[in-house]
Amino acid sequence: MKQKSKLVRRETRTAWIFLLPSFLGIFVFVLLPFLDAVRRSFFEAMGGRFVGFQNYRTVLENEAFRLAVKNTGRFILVCIPLLLLLSLLLSLMMQHRGDFFKVSFLIPMAIPVASVALLWKIFFHNQGILNHLLIKLGSQPTDWMNTDYAFLVLVFSYLWKNTGYDCVLWLSGLSGIPGSIYEAAAMDGAGAFKKFFYITLPGLLPTLYVAAVMSLVNSFKVFREAYLVAGAYPQNSIYMLQHLLNNWFISLDIQKMCAAAVMLAMVFVLFVLLLHGLSRRGVEE
Amino acid sequence: MKRLRYLTFLILVLMLLLMWLPLWMLVTGSFMGIGEVRDCIGPVLGQKEGYAVWHLIPRYPTLRPYVELLLDTPRFFLMFWNSCIQVIPGVAGQLIIALPAAWSFARFQFPGKRALFLLYITLMIMPFQVTMVSSYLILDRLGLMNTHLALIVPMLFSTFPVFIMEKSFKAIPPSLIEAAKIDGAGEMKIFLHIGVPMGASGIISAGVLGFLENWNAIEQPITFLKDKALWPLSLYLPDIAMDQLGVAMVACVIAMMPGLLLFLFGQKYIEEGIVASGIKE
Repeated sequence: MKQKSKLVRRETRTAWIFLLPSFLGIFVFVLLPFLDAVRRSFFEAMGGRFVGFQNYRTVLENEAFRLAVKNTGRFILVCIPLLLLLSLLLSLMMQHRGDFFKVSFLIPMAIPVASVALLWKIFFHNQGILNHLLIKLGSQPTDWMNTDYAFLVLVFSYLWKNTGYDCVLWLSGLSGIPGSIYEAAAMDGAGAFKKFFYITLPGLLPTLYVAAVMSLVNSFKVFREAYLVAGAYPQNSIYMLQHLLNNWFISLDIQKMCAAAVMLAMVFVLFVLLLHGLSRRGVEE
Repeated sequence: MKRLRYLTFLILVLMLLLMWLPLWMLVTGSFMGIGEVRDCIGPVLGQKEGYAVWHLIPRYPTLRPYVELLLDTPRFFLMFWNSCIQVIPGVAGQLIIALPAAWSFARFQFPGKRALFLLYITLMIMPFQVTMVSSYLILDRLGLMNTHLALIVPMLFSTFPVFIMEKSFKAIPPSLIEAAKIDGAGEMKIFLHIGVPMGASGIISAGVLGFLENWNAIEQPITFLKDKALWPLSLYLPDIAMDQLGVAMVACVIAMMPGLLLFLFGQKYIEEGIVASGIKE
């Protein structure tokens, strides 16, 4: 018994030695300053008076904040299911065709955001290529970037960029389902649809979890395109939390930023705990 | 069934064209002279009436833009250099720091491991804007704002590579490590002589993805760098498109080169990295 606990202690010590550079850095450059931000969120900007939840109230009552939360939420709820579905369909289509398709869908990862933004501008500008095509086809031009259609442009941009990423995930999930199961099902007389609903979909469940999380992570990066195409104050429907925090930063609204950052960080911690709980339940079942 | 196969093929090809089109436009655009570029996209830049067009093949192909960029645009090289100076040490440091941490998560059991892992996941998922204010507070206190280090230092402690490397370390057969232990190898030796070489593909994957990510950094430089002379290429490109239309496309193509080369030679690692980025415990 004593021997064992000694071994455990030694393993713990070794583990921490390996972790130390990374953890120390995170502690000094992320955790400590975050605690500082938490502290600041309860104080007044000038004079440093304790104000309780006043900063939080200011943020929550802020019109721009509400708009940004609504837009960001809407973007996530529209984009992620759309991306997951699109990439799953495409993956099923290219599953038994060469690697060329998969590689092509990854190209957007290699093109700099700034170049892409320039091209989107050329396409979606009021006098851009898309409107030119529409006129030639005999329909009406639309001011894509300055109406609520801007939201669609952003959705398109996100899908264009991330389809390949999710396809790689789905394809790896698909190849993880053993072919013998399909053969056995075929012997039992299962058709293509039955096989899809009873074998493929359940087999892809772990992939769904991973793909959804990564799609969420990547959805925050769409701010880059939005910012480069439309600037710091874009059309209302694509004014995201990222724009807002960026603009508060420029006006050095540290108190508001701290309160907002604390609230958002709490949302993320809750999200991760929820995922963790779900995945653990999945393991136990 | 056969009809379905043709239909899906058609859909795939159409989507594929959509993926290739921007690349095609940038590359062909880089061979257009200033006159042709202005003809095509002048309306978008407010310099011309009518609507923008694009010539899928340049009417008057020329190498002038390349010559002009290489000879007359010293700023471009400054920005290219800035990008290199920020991204290469940043990503290299990121890998060196994440490497032992990933090894620790993959190999050892210790109290608090699960909580720590959750912390790392949370940090990986959080967008830059959430940690922006705390990063600013510490960078400002250390006097690093508006220096290259303001971008490099936060990059060093990214937790993303930890997850990718952890996967490849976990795939090392335990029997190999047991054998090394029996031969009397210490933990450090096992890490350096078995872990690092066997996990090499995970390390490369993390490096390639880290490079692509940071080569495209937009948020960090606009918030932490006031001085335009320190800007990386990713921020300078939109500027150049407005001021020097003649070389804008070439600038885009050259900025794309490192990513494209990595893509050509490391595409296998990109895929492996994406698959490994799955957060599973």
